[in-house]
Amino acid sequence: MKDLSLHILDIVQNSVAAEAKVIQITLEIDDRNDYIGLTVNDNGKGMDGDFLKRVADPFTTTRTTRRVGLGIPLLKQNAEQTGGFLRIESEPGMGTKLSVRFVKSHIDCVPMGDVAGTIALLICSYPSIEFSFHVRVNSAEFSVSTTDLNDALGGIPLNDSAVFPMVKEYIASNLDELQITNLG
Amino acid sequence: MTKVKSLADLKKMKESLQAKIDLREKGDAAENLIQIKVAMATCGIASGAKNVMEFLLEELEKRGINAVITQTGCMGYCYAEPTIEVKLPNADPVVFGYVDTKKADEIIEKYIKNGELVDGIIPVNYESIDNK
Repeated sequence: MKDLSLHILDIVQNSVAAEAKVIQITLEIDDRNDYIGLTVNDNGKGMDGDFLKRVADPFTTTRTTRRVGLGIPLLKQNAEQTGGFLRIESEPGMGTKLSVRFVKSHIDCVPMGDVAGTIALLICSYPSIEFSFHVRVNSAEFSVSTTDLNDALGGIPLNDSAVFPMVKEYIASNLDELQITNLG
Repeated sequence: MTKVKSLADLKKMKESLQAKIDLREKGDAAENLIQIKVAMATCGIASGAKNVMEFLLEELEKRGINAVITQTGCMGYCYAEPTIEVKLPNADPVVFGYVDTKKADEIIEKYIKNGELVDGIIPVNYESIDNK
């Protein structure tokens, strides 16, 4: 993966596959403590202890079309090569919480990429899932959720192709303000 | 166009959006809809599926083509990512491999508009991944 936005898009597909109805994505950029933190919290079907132990193994996957699953291993590698970590807490029926931390100043830390595009794509592609995205850059913050957008659009379906560019622009202009620039 | 910066701005766009949608829906019944699925698993994303999906969403809208674009999982053609499945009305779904924005443009102009086949189809007896 070239940048963090692609990792987000990829890792959230796991929550979608776990039939989550609510997915919370949090991105924190903290210069003083020198880290980038990402958490994805879902209420999907969760994993048992045995599967959880194997989940970072590239040869673990639930899909039937191929025998490898690289989403989590690639994210883990990218986090660990900066001195960060990836942690997953999960219980069957209780959902899953994935947290990743990158050391921001490390030379191998991945760039942000097009975070606005990723969030807009997710929200507009899965209108039946309640997404909330929260970003904090030092002391500045921005949040957006499926509910907010539905309220603003009053009945226009989020998955209509005319809606995506608007939603993307809305998120992008707010992220610009927080100086999350697309370096991807 | 003014920049959409707040939810209030988004609300203001509502009317023009609604007008666009009404116009489109008059012309097309549901069975005439073009369905496109973009394979958005790790393999697809790593090869650029996100750009392709954004390109399709934006361009089909600009070119006035009524299509539903959704994400799907890995179809097992990791070697040929990014892949997209296009289902035209009254036709079997067709999967295209190695789709970048240039290829996507060609698919829109030739296959979607004129039903003319273009290179890069992954043949084999294909079943939609949802049926597996």
